[in-house]
Amino acid sequence: MSNDIFVIAEHLKGKTDDITYEMLGKARALAGSTGGSVVAVLLGSGASGLAADYAADKVLYVDHASLAEFNPEAYGKALAEVINSQSPQIVLVGNSSQGMDIGAALSVDCNMPIVAYASDMTTDTVTSQLYGGKMSVESGIDGDRYIASVLPGSFPADAGKGSGASVEEVAAANLDGLNITFKGLIEPQGGDVDITANDILVSVGRGIQNEDNLEIVQELADKLGGVLSCSRPIVDSKWLPKTRQVGKSGLKVKPKVYIAVGISGAPEHIEGMKDAELIIAINSDPKAPIFDYAHYGAVGDLFDIIPSLTEKL
Amino acid sequence: MNIIVPIKQVPDLVEELEIDSSGTGLDREWLKFKVNEFDDHALEEALLLKEEHGGTVTAIALDGGDIDKALFAAAAKGADRVVKVTGGGDTPSNHEAARMFANAIGGMDYDIVCTGVQSVEDRDGQLGVILARYLNVPQISVVTGVTVAGDKLTVIKEYGGGTVAEFETSMPVVLGIQAAREAPRYVPVAKVRRAMKSTELEEVSGGSADVNTGSHVNKMFKPEVAGGAEMISGSDDDMAARLAEIIKG
Repeated sequence: MSNDIFVIAEHLKGKTDDITYEMLGKARALAGSTGGSVVAVLLGSGASGLAADYAADKVLYVDHASLAEFNPEAYGKALAEVINSQSPQIVLVGNSSQGMDIGAALSVDCNMPIVAYASDMTTDTVTSQLYGGKMSVESGIDGDRYIASVLPGSFPADAGKGSGASVEEVAAANLDGLNITFKGLIEPQGGDVDITANDILVSVGRGIQNEDNLEIVQELADKLGGVLSCSRPIVDSKWLPKTRQVGKSGLKVKPKVYIAVGISGAPEHIEGMKDAELIIAINSDPKAPIFDYAHYGAVGDLFDIIPSLTEKL
Repeated sequence: MNIIVPIKQVPDLVEELEIDSSGTGLDREWLKFKVNEFDDHALEEALLLKEEHGGTVTAIALDGGDIDKALFAAAAKGADRVVKVTGGGDTPSNHEAARMFANAIGGMDYDIVCTGVQSVEDRDGQLGVILARYLNVPQISVVTGVTVAGDKLTVIKEYGGGTVAEFETSMPVVLGIQAAREAPRYVPVAKVRRAMKSTELEEVSGGSADVNTGSHVNKMFKPEVAGGAEMISGSDDDMAARLAEIIKG
């Protein structure tokens, strides 16, 4: 075992995702405790240039045609090979769409424990945000090594940006006979409003209970000259189109005013709206995590407060 | 096409969560449980595929709580078989749960395992990903669309910002479903009651869950509030009036 900290780099459409820099910054602090190096692991095809601004001691780069775009199977195999041969003490991977395919798989393939939804970690503990952010759980690691899948937004990205890391190319694992093939990326269809371009968002969550009730929040949005956005369950229920979703798997927004109606504030949602200039939350649960991020909060029945608010504006 | 849908129950987050006397877990005595919402989507996607292409849907769950009711609800929605995996502990880790599911599913004839992409208590990683490794089949998670293309599947995986990736995969495969193509169907209680009478709830042993999760809970605690909102009090009308002032600036 080495005492190095490995960070699995994540990229899409030729750009490194912020989660990579966030993890590199944290890895530096962890490496200070273990006495090891910060090592970024980058997979791609002709993509080593992406690592130019990684604040790492070393970049391990695996080049293969099958790694040009993310592929759960190919990336899983290639990463397992790198980690098993290098035996780092700690591996950080994003708790993101790509990272979800990788982290738990590496835990089995590399026989290392994984702790998910991680928002902080030391050399032997990992703190997770579970139950939609309503509980924190500190896990102790039984052995010396672990994998943490890190919630985006947990650490500043700037600390992970630098230059001058040496790039060492390592051979890819055998990637013949893959069962999964990447076919292409599909961009969202236009036509609907662009919620990232709007100054006022009235955002609705599970608390609205059913589709018919959307009318009262739409009326508030209309009165304010804003548009309706929402949290994930509303889109999964097909009450609003995907283009309206704020959060991890939706869009990141920074409006002047963000009114969260019946949204409890799971970490995935917070990630998408925490930088709004003015956040107002209305929820029936006084302990809803959304109130930790809002500037103003009101606890009560949205079916009473919202129509009254619309009337007073 | 034979599809297996592992489902599990999780605490209903609408309820207030309390920490138990050990300080390492939830106080489960008064907790209300419900089927993991993503598992509902996994079941819906499986039922849609069956309706389009024929075959069977098997809902499977580890024993515990009122899982029988959840399985009968799956039957009422259209699952052909419902299977309870016996022999596990009260709160298995996802590694342990995946091991038992793999033991139970390994001998079955299946093309797809559809499971919820995540749950609110995946401390040791997502179940579907671990299960795929134990079954030694490929997996894709954060799936929002599945279509059959000959003897393969076209699978849509969601990234951030509305971008999705399209993959082609052979079967068998494990899919971690984020959202079914349709909203999960609703089933009235009366239909669940009928399913309880007419459906055979099969039981299979989960065998040994002898896997090393490799970590333990030191402590559970309520997250510290960073800044916190300025809370507005009063009647609904008072609160609305104050909010209107704030918004108008």
